[in-house]
Amino acid sequence: MESRQTSALSPAPALVASRPFKLRRNGLPVQIASRIGSGLLVLWAAVTLSFVSVHLAPGDIVSLLIGEQLRTPEIEAAIRAEWGLDEPVLWQYLRYLTRILHGDFGRSYLLQTDVSQLVLSQIVPTLKLTAAALFVAILFAVTSAVLTAGRRIPRSIAGALELTLVSTPSFWLGILLLYLFSFTLKLFPVSGDRSFSALVLPALALGLPLGAVVGQVLRQGLERALEEPFALTVRSWGTSGLVLRLRHGLRHAALPAVTLTGWLVGSLLSGAVITESVFGRPGLGRVTVEAVLGHDMPVVLAVAILSAFTYVMLSTLVDILYLLLDPRLRDEGREAAR
Amino acid sequence: MSALPTSQAGETLCRRPLLHALPAQPGLVLAVLFIAVVAVATIWPGLIAGADPIAADPLQAQLPPSWQYWFGTDHLGRDVFSRVVHGARYSNLIGVSAVAFAATIGSVLGLLAGLARGLVDEIITRFLDVVSAFPDLLLALVLISFTGPGTTNLIFALGVAFVPRFARVVRAQTFVIARSGYVEQARTFGLSRTVLVMRHVLPHAVAQVPILATIGLGTAIIGAAGLSFLGMGPQPPAPEWGSMLAEGRNYLRVAWWIGVWPGLAITLTVIAISVVGRRWQAAFEGRRSA
Repeated sequence: MESRQTSALSPAPALVASRPFKLRRNGLPVQIASRIGSGLLVLWAAVTLSFVSVHLAPGDIVSLLIGEQLRTPEIEAAIRAEWGLDEPVLWQYLRYLTRILHGDFGRSYLLQTDVSQLVLSQIVPTLKLTAAALFVAILFAVTSAVLTAGRRIPRSIAGALELTLVSTPSFWLGILLLYLFSFTLKLFPVSGDRSFSALVLPALALGLPLGAVVGQVLRQGLERALEEPFALTVRSWGTSGLVLRLRHGLRHAALPAVTLTGWLVGSLLSGAVITESVFGRPGLGRVTVEAVLGHDMPVVLAVAILSAFTYVMLSTLVDILYLLLDPRLRDEGREAAR
Repeated sequence: MSALPTSQAGETLCRRPLLHALPAQPGLVLAVLFIAVVAVATIWPGLIAGADPIAADPLQAQLPPSWQYWFGTDHLGRDVFSRVVHGARYSNLIGVSAVAFAATIGSVLGLLAGLARGLVDEIITRFLDVVSAFPDLLLALVLISFTGPGTTNLIFALGVAFVPRFARVVRAQTFVIARSGYVEQARTFGLSRTVLVMRHVLPHAVAQVPILATIGLGTAIIGAAGLSFLGMGPQPPAPEWGSMLAEGRNYLRVAWWIGVWPGLAITLTVIAISVVGRRWQAAFEGRRSA
């Protein structure tokens, strides 16, 4: 259970750590349902929060939604109609909820386009980047943990490297990589998203600092696993150290590392925003930055709700996976996770 | 960053002074010294770098590092060394203020939730869940899109995003401490609720907050620099590290030094803070190694 306490430093097991329903000895289906219900509750609250913030923000709603666009009677009428501003607030709220449920995030008046279409058209490059970065992170973490766990000198070298990577802003790492590999060695393109090679540097810049965090947790778990009696048993079969680490130890070490999933998703999404700017890549991050600077609220809110959705969905999935993998959590998890 | 388990509540609190650990650990000594230098740069930058960080001199533009300009000059002919030193004030004060904001609000919320339990606890916990469902930087970006860019707004946005991590820990601690034997006993003495909370629960419930704040400060400084890199923080010509990197990125082909030094300053500062924070946490938990 110790690994769950890592939450102090990163908001990782946010959803793992608190459960709304007081269930203890219920069956698995009920527990899974409660996890899903809890996730849906958070999502509903997130959508409501975005609605409330639009209404509570200083200034009138029309000028908030219009962004840097010129205010004309036509646009004003369009916004009033879209948000139902002439109707009671409760009605507006229900209307907003229904719209979001249908995947309709409204219209960006600044860009003169449907927000949902804009987001859809930009999601692929961002997914490519985050997937590649995740791959880099996991590869780094596993390699570093397996090769250095329990070995004094390699361990302290890896520890120092990880501390440096964790402390390095990903955008600066990106600038260094750009200078070294694009401008000086001319191995990779400077910007854009036209080829696979354009993905390498951004994925490294985004993935390495995250991999360093996961690597630290993985190594701790692996070291704990290697001290357990089963490790001695496996060694007595004459199994080589590497096979023991890869096939038997990693399995135990992975479980604590999985609690980082929520934090990892959040960091990937946050990091993508900055990484895309450094490397001049198209994608959601770039759209978000431009929307924030141009006060294009419909786009900003859509991206925020979408990322909350991704985060909640994956955290809930991990939560459920935990229940399936580790039956002990089914009755004691609640208390221990507090 | 988050490899260390935080101390379990109810465990005996071992508070060895941090200073006792100093002589045995050269890394820690270096970290403390570096933080001291950064602190001087933050409070009194003129002491380290005399040159005006804002004064442009087009005739001296993009000069590589030399004896006269240690870190070179940027595209407007400003002294990069002086800008990095003066930039400490922006980057660190934003980080410190955001963490202080988050620690204060987080402690109050956590204490409230832990003491009140029931509905209030449920509401606060749910609220924290919702806030942390948005990735840190994205939440900050959403807030900035309401408030507009700028130093104060950046502090507020980053601070709000960091509230849950403090609130959760304080809530959990309060939970345990308010139910512990000595508080029960103090209650039987007939102490008032205010005295009970202020004198017996509060000090222990927030004991870990300074450590969390130190460790969180590194993350906050990186976050602040990242948002400034995107143009959400102090506006030019302020020598903030993140916005200097944004300029440096555009001149990378011709002048690498503009984009290297500010990043090095951020990284070294964050490493130093992490080393001290981890060591402090280890001492708090009574462990020997960080």
